[in-house]
Amino acid sequence: MMSERKVIIDTGNSAVAYAVKDAEAKVIAAYPITPQTTIVEKIAQFIEYGEMDAKMIRVESEHSAMAAIIGSEAMGVRSFTATSSHGLALMHEMLWYAANARLPVVMAVANRTLGPPWNIWADWGDAMADRDIGWIISWAANNQEVYDFTLISYRVAEDKRVALPAMVNLEAFVLTHTSMPFEICGKEAREFLPEYDPIWKLDPDDPVIMGNIFSPADTMKLRWDMWESIKRARKVILGAIQEYNEMFNRDYEGLIKTYRMDDADYAIVSMGTIGEEAEVAVDALREEGLKVGAIRINFFRPFPREDLVNVLNSVSRIIIIERSASLGAYGQILQDLGPTILLEKLQVDVNDVFMGIGGTDVSYEDIVNVVKRAIKGELKTLYWYGSENW
Amino acid sequence: MTEDTVKYLPLSKPKIGISGKTGSWRIFAPEINYDKCVKCYICVVVCPEASIFIENDRPKIDYNYCKGCGVCARECPVNAINMRRER
Repeated sequence: MMSERKVIIDTGNSAVAYAVKDAEAKVIAAYPITPQTTIVEKIAQFIEYGEMDAKMIRVESEHSAMAAIIGSEAMGVRSFTATSSHGLALMHEMLWYAANARLPVVMAVANRTLGPPWNIWADWGDAMADRDIGWIISWAANNQEVYDFTLISYRVAEDKRVALPAMVNLEAFVLTHTSMPFEICGKEAREFLPEYDPIWKLDPDDPVIMGNIFSPADTMKLRWDMWESIKRARKVILGAIQEYNEMFNRDYEGLIKTYRMDDADYAIVSMGTIGEEAEVAVDALREEGLKVGAIRINFFRPFPREDLVNVLNSVSRIIIIERSASLGAYGQILQDLGPTILLEKLQVDVNDVFMGIGGTDVSYEDIVNVVKRAIKGELKTLYWYGSENW
Repeated sequence: MTEDTVKYLPLSKPKIGISGKTGSWRIFAPEINYDKCVKCYICVVVCPEASIFIENDRPKIDYNYCKGCGVCARECPVNAINMRRER
């Protein structure tokens, strides 16, 4: 029998759609928003052409889109939605509902700037506003990762040790509308992703009330359980990735990806496409004799504390590059990494550099520029790239 | 339960208890005049508490749970349901 697996050239949004098709999600509800729209358009096309057996629910808002798939997931049906920016913001309340009800829905977020001003380009700020809810959050750097992380997200989210929703982030246009080759698993995906077997569901023959009033003490136990579950998700992600690597010949390291870190004195820490661009910068810096390595956070929740400490404990300086800022504080990566540095007593200097905000292009040359200045001690701890000229 | 599983869920099991008998909330009680009733069963469909059921072809009200909202009386096309003040 011919293998179902094949390499295609298509956009990041199509990669999401193919993963959802291969996961055999049965209910999809979504509201269009640039740059997400072509994800659900592609899924709608799969359904229309009879290539996918699923129900597409057209809704009047993103809040309803998430509410609809919370409903279908509560019936024990694998469900999906996708959104971006303002749409994600409108969905915010329902994101809590999905997590607190322990419903492992999967959502793709096409990272886009929130306005005003009207801006459709990449920025991590939309997803960052939802990082504290109990969702498993990953950031892809290329279309292969977009496809793979979507399948892995279903597997991890639905695992009975986790039972939490998962969000896959792909940056606007840089990934969503950019074509590149990636391999799809076809029906073989189901060997990795078994039938959804929920830890609870709405069943008329065994009725339950979900979301009834609970005492403060019982509610605290529920939150503790979510805390423990997302902590356990690290182990579950590692196991799922290992299995995925073996099945489909991938080489994912785990929650983070390291590049030339073995003998590195300096580490660039970033995520998504900027994290991958940093690897090109590392090659350029190495040619100049600077021992720089790069670390890309693939899974931002659960935050890969242990994984980061293991590679950061031998460097003298960390240069964090962030495509979003927690205004009035730091970048969100530093906010999470900072306590880890403190608690693990790492002796490092840190630069938190804001680049790519509002969808500005970040080339490896920009990263080389920043890293060289940081190593020379010429960079402020908190630095907005280019701000000396503003 | 092992260490590795979800221990707590925001679920509860519904039970029929004295506090569940919402009929005590009622101020007006619907009464069906079977001489007028045409057995269209619209009242059965519209009752928001599912407290009207069909028995021997006729709609019947379960006063244990009827809260007396009056939707059935309002929707009855032949005015066969009258709302009588109980207290």
